[in-house]
Amino acid sequence: MGLALGKPNRTFVGMIAMSVLSRKVETVFNEPACPTNQGKSDKERKKGCGKPLTPGAAAGGCAFDGAKIALQPIVDVAHLVHGPIACEGNSWDNRHAASSGPKLYRTGFTTDIGELDVIYGGEKRLFRAIREIIEKYDPPAVFVYQTCVTALIGDDIEVVCKRAAEKFGKPVIPINAPGFAGSKNLGNKLAGEALLDYVIGTEEPAVTTHYDINIYGEYNLVGELWQVQPLLDALGIRVLANISGNARYREVACAHRARAAMMVCSQALINLARKMEERYGIPWFEGSFYGVSDTSQSLRTIAGLLVQRGAQPDLLDRTEALIEREEARAKARLEPYKARLKGKRVLLFTGGVKSWSVVSALREVGMEIVGTSTKKSTSEDKARIKEIMGGDAHMFDDLPPREMYRMLKEARADIMLSGGRSQFVALKAKTPWLDINQERNHAYAGYEGMVELVKQIDLAIHNPIWEQVRQPAPWEEEC
Amino acid sequence: MAIVTTSKKACAVNPLKMSQPIGAALAFLGLDKCMPLMHGSQGCTAFGLVLFVRHFRETIPLQTTAMNEVTTIMGGMENMEQAILNIYKRAKPDIIGICSTGLTETKGDDVHGFLRLIRDKHPELAETALVYVPTPDYLGAFQDGWSKAVTAIVETLCVPVPKTAWQVNILPGSHLTVADIEEVREIVESFGLYPIIAPDLSGSLDGHIPETFLPTTLGGAQVAQIKQMGGSAVTIAIGEQMRPAAQALETRTGVPYRLFDRLTGLTQNDAFMAYLSELSGTPVASKYRRQRGQLVDAMLDGHFFFGGKKVAIGAEPDLLWQMGSWLAEMGCEIAAAVTTTLSPLLEKMPAAEVVIGDLEDLENRAAGCDLMITHSHGRQAAQRLGIPFIKMGLPLFDRLGAAHRLSVGYRGTRDLVFEVGNLLIENLPEHHQESWPLPHPEGTPTFYAPEGVKDRMPEERRAQVETHH
Repeated sequence: MGLALGKPNRTFVGMIAMSVLSRKVETVFNEPACPTNQGKSDKERKKGCGKPLTPGAAAGGCAFDGAKIALQPIVDVAHLVHGPIACEGNSWDNRHAASSGPKLYRTGFTTDIGELDVIYGGEKRLFRAIREIIEKYDPPAVFVYQTCVTALIGDDIEVVCKRAAEKFGKPVIPINAPGFAGSKNLGNKLAGEALLDYVIGTEEPAVTTHYDINIYGEYNLVGELWQVQPLLDALGIRVLANISGNARYREVACAHRARAAMMVCSQALINLARKMEERYGIPWFEGSFYGVSDTSQSLRTIAGLLVQRGAQPDLLDRTEALIEREEARAKARLEPYKARLKGKRVLLFTGGVKSWSVVSALREVGMEIVGTSTKKSTSEDKARIKEIMGGDAHMFDDLPPREMYRMLKEARADIMLSGGRSQFVALKAKTPWLDINQERNHAYAGYEGMVELVKQIDLAIHNPIWEQVRQPAPWEEEC
Repeated sequence: MAIVTTSKKACAVNPLKMSQPIGAALAFLGLDKCMPLMHGSQGCTAFGLVLFVRHFRETIPLQTTAMNEVTTIMGGMENMEQAILNIYKRAKPDIIGICSTGLTETKGDDVHGFLRLIRDKHPELAETALVYVPTPDYLGAFQDGWSKAVTAIVETLCVPVPKTAWQVNILPGSHLTVADIEEVREIVESFGLYPIIAPDLSGSLDGHIPETFLPTTLGGAQVAQIKQMGGSAVTIAIGEQMRPAAQALETRTGVPYRLFDRLTGLTQNDAFMAYLSELSGTPVASKYRRQRGQLVDAMLDGHFFFGGKKVAIGAEPDLLWQMGSWLAEMGCEIAAAVTTTLSPLLEKMPAAEVVIGDLEDLENRAAGCDLMITHSHGRQAAQRLGIPFIKMGLPLFDRLGAAHRLSVGYRGTRDLVFEVGNLLIENLPEHHQESWPLPHPEGTPTFYAPEGVKDRMPEERRAQVETHH
């Protein structure tokens, strides 16, 4: 009841603040570099690309979640969540983005607002929270994340961050992606916008070279960046800014001096890639470090772009030499698995692009893909699946858990590769399963990663438990 | 007796607390054929889902009304209606457990009103129980959400029914694991009593292999059973957080309740056994008499290692009470106690101070302690401080079998003595020859040491030593 007095007014303030956010969301939705978007009519484009969520049948994270995923891997920054306890308290320190140094990003900071803040506004608490963090931890920057409740009551985090930055002489960056603005993917993009608006271009690197690149959308989950970094090191290519895995604030602030860029993780930071090209003339391409041939192709493209931008042409030859050497090494390491995995049937359930990269590696060792999900795939993706897998693979637009369970129980696959969501469907059906999404414990990037993936598949399929757990209990009839 | 203080910081660092709605959602997950529904943005549900999946390593049914900024401003009636109808169509649950979030509470959605309208409009839902509990994120904590949800379940579903003499209700708090609930059930059944347990996570989240996959919970307290709770002889509430629900049940159905604020420790279990024995007129089974002996023996063997040990605990009030009181009874000193929300138990804690705060507050107070107990998020603090660490509570995302950790009953307490005691044994201080220096009288910085001993002394003390010749 205490809320009744303050509510209408603050909600109204909130609506004004949100219209600014709505404009940002609109521009993010209208992404010219996105092929899906280009194919739309004006009217469709206006609707935005967020799939309408069905109440009671929705899954997935919110915009805040997406923004946090994209930025939290910046390891020396204090990430402060302005909102009630749910947003940080229920979710912190739960991803495996690795750091080679600072650990501050793993500390959970939140204003944990209470009822009184909801009534009187949380801006003062936010300002004090920023002060406390700077006094106690002295990070190079504080990132402040907006959430639904504080957006609704009209807390203006942009203004608070500006004041705090002036007062404490330190970058305090507002990340305006409250959960109810949309999906996780939208949050990724809003995070990219925040970097463009407030971080990138604010500092200058000590030295620059013709061999400096950015990578967008690589979060160094379980240290995957470090499976790729040695390849780049061997070629003398420097990652000026990896956005954002294992990044330092200063590296991101200097990202505008890179000579070329690679965008991974599909569409998550496409707006960042495009605007970096528009503003700073950094050419980019979309590539993947999953799969042997995709890794090689990505290295080739990076080298090509750098040479176009003034690097010595011998980089191309050195790259080809490295690719040849590493591909041969990977092939030799995959060889022993061929006999063990030939003809094994794989169900591949994952969203985006990376699955197609994985497919070629699986076929390399003689495995068959018996089915795959196309729920999140575009029509281009579907065409590509057909091309890679031929006609024998089943494409499922939507496979409810009950159906999936039945399919696995009937032993129509030897292993399922998917994200955590369908993990228990496979396991309860007593089918080997391997996590290839973000909660995974193994790193699968580069040549090194593909060998690891095949090794893990082999371990999963040939674990001795399967035979035991599939035996019926003595009191059960044989089926 | 403890002084209860609240952290004055504007910024919580390393939260210990989780929010009310997911506490409520977990209570609903202890009901059979249930779909918990969070009225809020989809992220509220996604975070809860990931948290529970990682803790229980099970599929978690959990849905959302998927509010966005426009529907929030306009009110969530339509989303609520659509969500309920979609869940009804796809999952055919016996019960939908609805909890609000900070977002919809700030807006002020009248969900009770919504549900009345939806019921009027959709007679097809007549057989589906709808339970609503308001749980704003900006108030209370996880166990409050659980407590409120169970109270709402009782208030919505329980009515007076004819009495059944041997039937008892069990209302377990959110700090009880699947294994704890199973233990309580076995104990109660051993007296020839028939327990109705609600919520019952031991039915739904115990890790069984189902015949088929349904979108709802599989196992747990059935709606039909809950409706029979009004006919029980008594209600046994476990944990102070269950008092409101037990009281509500008494008010509505006249079933009296007895609250056990914990079932860890010898005295507490004696009281529990005596109560059940008297209630049933049945003597305590020989199995439990033996287990009592085993616990007493474990305490005798183990007490050497507990005495005087300083313990830092970060846990929700009922778990803090359970572990703190028991460790104090084993001779430990509760040197730091941090919790998430208010409870009448806090000032009774055997500690000088109980802080309502976060893991930073715990870390600041835990230096020099012999043992830290908190949930998995304490791993960074324990590592920094180099303190032996026992993971308890929720979430335990880096442990197998979180649900099967037993700490109630004679047997559960006995095993806790072993687990904690073993960790303390492993970390007994090692002594070396400079462990016991003589006092250093003022003005006489020099003292004597026999030849050979001097060489073995630390550098800084060697200078002060004169050798006998």
